[in-house]
Amino acid sequence: MSNVALHKRLLVRAIMTRISFSGVRSRALAVVAAAGLLPLVSGCSSAVLNPSGDVAAQQRDLIIIATVLMLLIIIPVMVLTVLFARKYRHQNEDADYDPDWDHSTQLELLIWSAPLLIIICLGAVTWTSTHRLDPYRPVERLQPGRQIAKDVKPLDVQVVSLDWKWLFIYPEYGIATVNEVAAPVDRPITFHLTSSNVMNAFYVPALAGMIYTMPSMETKLNAVINKPGNYEGFSSNFSGDGFSHMDFRFHGLSEAGFKQWIGKAKQSGRALDTATYLKLEKPSEDVPVIRYSQVAPGLYDKVMNHCVAPGSRCMRDIMRADAATAAGKSEGEPSMPMHMEGAGHAGTRAQAEPEARVMRLHGAGLTPPGRDAPQQMSADAARSQRDPATL
Amino acid sequence: MAHAPIPPTSPIFGRLTLDALPFHEPILVATFIGVVCGASVVLGLITYFKWWGLLWRDWFTSIDHKKIGIMYMVLGLIMFLRGFADALMMRAQQAMAFGDNAGYLPPEHYNQIFTAHGVIMIFFVAMPLVTGLMNYVVPLQIGARDVSFPFLNNFSFWMTTAGAVITMISLFIGEYARTGWLAFPPLSDINASPGVGVDYYIWGLQIAGLGTLLSGVNLIATILRMRAPGMTMMKMPVFTWTALCTNVLIVAAFPVLTVVLALLSLDRYVGTQFFTNTLGGNPMMYVNMIWIWGHPEVYILILPAFGVFSEVVSTFSGKRLFGYSSMVYATIVITILAYLVWLHHFFTMGSGASVNSFFGITTMIISIPTGAKIFNWLFTMYRGRIRFELPMMWTMAFMLTFVIGGMTGVLLAVPPADFVLHNSLFLVAHFHNVIIGGVLFGMFAGINYWWPKAFGFKLDQKWGKRSFWLWVAGFYFAFMPLYVLGLMGVTRRLQHFNDPSLQIWFEIAAFGALLIAGGIACMAMQFAVSIRDRKKNVDLTGDPWHGRTLEWSTSSPPPAYNFAFTPVIHDNDAWWDMKRRGYERPTTGFEAIHMPKNTAAGIILAGISVAFGFAMIWHIWWLAAVSFAGLIAVGIGHTFNYDRDYHIPAEEVVATEDARTQALAVQG
Repeated sequence: MSNVALHKRLLVRAIMTRISFSGVRSRALAVVAAAGLLPLVSGCSSAVLNPSGDVAAQQRDLIIIATVLMLLIIIPVMVLTVLFARKYRHQNEDADYDPDWDHSTQLELLIWSAPLLIIICLGAVTWTSTHRLDPYRPVERLQPGRQIAKDVKPLDVQVVSLDWKWLFIYPEYGIATVNEVAAPVDRPITFHLTSSNVMNAFYVPALAGMIYTMPSMETKLNAVINKPGNYEGFSSNFSGDGFSHMDFRFHGLSEAGFKQWIGKAKQSGRALDTATYLKLEKPSEDVPVIRYSQVAPGLYDKVMNHCVAPGSRCMRDIMRADAATAAGKSEGEPSMPMHMEGAGHAGTRAQAEPEARVMRLHGAGLTPPGRDAPQQMSADAARSQRDPATL
Repeated sequence: MAHAPIPPTSPIFGRLTLDALPFHEPILVATFIGVVCGASVVLGLITYFKWWGLLWRDWFTSIDHKKIGIMYMVLGLIMFLRGFADALMMRAQQAMAFGDNAGYLPPEHYNQIFTAHGVIMIFFVAMPLVTGLMNYVVPLQIGARDVSFPFLNNFSFWMTTAGAVITMISLFIGEYARTGWLAFPPLSDINASPGVGVDYYIWGLQIAGLGTLLSGVNLIATILRMRAPGMTMMKMPVFTWTALCTNVLIVAAFPVLTVVLALLSLDRYVGTQFFTNTLGGNPMMYVNMIWIWGHPEVYILILPAFGVFSEVVSTFSGKRLFGYSSMVYATIVITILAYLVWLHHFFTMGSGASVNSFFGITTMIISIPTGAKIFNWLFTMYRGRIRFELPMMWTMAFMLTFVIGGMTGVLLAVPPADFVLHNSLFLVAHFHNVIIGGVLFGMFAGINYWWPKAFGFKLDQKWGKRSFWLWVAGFYFAFMPLYVLGLMGVTRRLQHFNDPSLQIWFEIAAFGALLIAGGIACMAMQFAVSIRDRKKNVDLTGDPWHGRTLEWSTSSPPPAYNFAFTPVIHDNDAWWDMKRRGYERPTTGFEAIHMPKNTAAGIILAGISVAFGFAMIWHIWWLAAVSFAGLIAVGIGHTFNYDRDYHIPAEEVVATEDARTQALAVQG
C-alpha cells in the first residue's frame, strides 16, 4: 500500500510541477489533482482500504491495481489537455496552426490501441479476480501463505434481514442473535442470506464485500476474518424508513471468546419460536442486541419460503405444484430451477452442492423432505420464552 | 409505521381527502406559499403585459422545432431549480444529522426527497435539456425547415411537461415515492408502499415517457429523411450523429420502461404477482428490466453532450474535427454496447462469477470508444487556435472532470471492487461526476454556444465566467468528499449517522453544494444581464463564433422557415466549406414556403393526460374514465383537422431576407 501510495504521490507531484507553468487555466487541473489526492490521504483510516479479512483485503488490492492501470492513461490525457490548451491558445501566435489537419492513421491506431491494451489487462484481471473472489466460492486460504487446516469446517451462519434489523441463526449451535454476529478469527464463514420482506444488502466492510438479501431467494457469502475486533456492519441497500439505523456489530473473536459468546446466547433462556419470530418480523427500528438460546427448526427455510405463520403454504410447495400442473409432471419432480447462474458455476459448484444451485436465487427448489418439517418445541422452551421488551 | 392507513375510496374523490394536504409539514407549507407567491407574480406580469395571447399563439401551440426546443430548455431549467432544492436539503440533512442531532428531515420526508431528486434530475432536467438542444439544433444542422412530424413534436413536449406537472403536484397533494429513483419492488409494491407516492412516480414517468418515445421516433425520421441534398450519412455533423444514436437508444429502451412500469402498476392496482414476494412473483425481473432501460438511458444523456463538445472543440480550435469517422464509429459502438452492460448495476445480487465477469468486461470495453473520443477532441485542439470563450471553457472543464468519472466508472465495473463500493457514496460521487461533469457541463456548453443562434445576442461573459468557476469548484467540493466517504464504507441514502468522524466530509460536501448554488445564481444573472444588454451583445451576422455547420449560415434567430433555399452540401463542415468557397447568399428569387400550422391539440391532450394520471393515482375512477375517453376523442378529433398547413407568402420571405441582407450590410 505504502509503495503504491508513494508512487501515486510522485505522479501527482509531477503533474503539479508541470501545471505551475501554465497560469490561470491550470487552476481547474490543480483542483482535480488535489481532489484526486484526498482518497489516498484518508485511505489508511478507512475500513474499505484497510480491512481485517482476507477477502476484503484482496478486493482492496484490486481497487488499487485497477486504479493504477487506469492512471497510466488518465494522467497523460489530463496533462496533454492542459499542455495543448496552453500551447495552442489563441494568443500564442508562435504555435503551429493547421486548420485542415484532421487525420493521422498512426495516431488513430494509438488512440484506439492504448485504451484497448489497458482494458485487455484489466479484463484479464477482472475475469480471474471475479472468479477467485466470487462470494459463493468457499475461501481457499486464510491469508496469503496461510492455508486452511484440513479438518476445519466453515462456520455456517444464516442471515435474515428483517424490517429493520438483522437476524443471525447459527444452526451448528442452535442459537440466534439479533443485530450482533460473531465468528472465530481464521475460521472460514459461510453466510446463507435471505430477507423477510424487502431487499437489503449485508455488508461488513472490514470482512468482505456486500451481498444482497432478497425475499424468496437465497444468496451466499464466504469470508474469513483475520484480526480480532469489533467491526461495523449494516444494510447497504435502501429498504425503507428504518434503513438508516439498520446496523449491527460483527465480532472477530478468539476460539475461547467465540465459545463464550455462544454461551451467552445459550444462557439467555429465550427461544426463537414461530410466535416470537412473527413478532420480531414486524417493522421496528434501533433494536438492541437480542440473544436466543433456541431456534425453531427449519426457521430460516420457512422464512425464505414465506411459511413461518402457522397454516401458510410454503412457496416451494406452491411452485412445485404449479410446475407439476403446468408441465404434467408428478409432484415429486423438481420444478424448473429459477436461478440466474452463469455457466461458470455449473461445473464446480453444482456438483458439490446441487441443492445450492437450484436454491440460489429462488426459494423454490429442492430441499430434502423432512428438513423443514415443523417440529414441536419442547414445552419448557416454549414457557421460558420472553418477548424482548424492545419489540 | 409512518404510512397512514389507506382511506376508503369515495366514488367522487377516490382516495383523495383533506389529509392528503401537508398542513402539518412546515417546510412544505412554506414552499407552497413561496410557489403560490412566485406563480402569482409571474401570472400577474403575463396578464399585465397582455402576453397570454402571444404565449398561446407563438409558443404553446407552436409546432416550430426551434420554439419547442426552447420550451424544452425552459422546462429543464425550471425543474432543475426544484431538483437542486432537493439536493441542498439532502446535503444540509446529511451535514447535520449526527449522533443526538436527528437533523430537520424525518426519514419519511428525506426518503421522498432523494427519490424526487433522482427522478427529476434525470427525467425532467437532463432529458428535456438534451431533447431541447436536439430539437433546436438538428433540423438547422441538416438544412431542414422543421422536423418530420411537427405536431408530434409539440405533443411530445407537452406530454413531458405533463409528467413534470404530475410529479410536482405530489409535492403538495399526497406524497412522492420513498423508494429510490428506480422504485425496486418489493419496496415499491403495494404492501411495502401502500401510499400514492409510487403511483405518482409511475404515472409521471408513463406520461413523460410517451412524450420521450415519440420525440425519439420523430428525430430519427427527421435525421434519416430530411437531410439537405449532398449530406450523406458520413457528412452529417457529429452532433447530429450523436442525436441519431441517442434517439435510436430512446426508441429501443423506453418501451421497456413503459412495460416494466405497467407491470408494476398491475401488481399495485389489480393484484397481479409479477414482482411480488409470493405466488411466484420475481422482483429480479423488475431489476433486470428497469436496468435494461436504465443503462441505455445514461448514454441517451451523454451522447448528445459528446456531440456538443465535438462541435465546440472544432469551432473554437478553428480546425476540422480530428478523426471524424472514428468519432462516428465510436458513437455507434457505444450505442450498441449500451445494451450489453445493464447487469453491472447489480453484480451484488448474486449472479455467478462468469455472468458478472462478462458484464464487467463489456462495461470496460465501452471505455475504449469513449477514450478514443477524448483523444479525438485532444488532437482537434492540437495545432489549433483555441479561443477560450465560455463554451470552450465548459468543454475544458468537462475533459478534465469526465476522465475522473470515467476512471471510477471502470473501477466500479470490476465486480470484486464493486462488491465493496456498490451503493456507497463512491457510486454516488461517480455518477454525479459523469452526469454533472459530462451531461450538465455539455448542456451548459451547448446553451452558451447556441444561445446567440436562438436569440441573436451573445451571453454575458463576466457572469458566465463567475458561474463557470463556482460550478466547477462547487462540483469538486461537493463530490470529492463523497468519493472519500465511499472508500470509508459509507453507504448512500442514509438519513442519520452515528460516527462523528464522518461529519467533516459531509460539511465540505454541503459547502460545495452552496458553491454550486452560487454558480446557479450567477447563471441566472448571466441570462438576466444578457437579456438586459441584448443590444450591446447583438450579433447580426448569424455566425458569431466562426461556426462550421449549417445552423450558422442562417440569421440569428433563424426565420420560421430556417432556410429560404435548401442548401447543397459538399463537405462535413458544410458552412465552413461554403464560406471558404466564397459562398454568395442569394438575395432574389424567393418563393412562397410551405409550412405546418400551429395547433392546440398537443397542449389539450397533455392537459387531459394530467387529469387522467391524477385520477389513476387517487383512484378517482369516474375522472379516469372521462379523461381517457376525452384523450381518445381529442386524438380522433385532431385527425379530422385538415387545416394543417399554410404558405408563408413570397412577399414575407422577401421582406425577411431583405432585412437580413441589410443587417449583414450594417455588420460589414
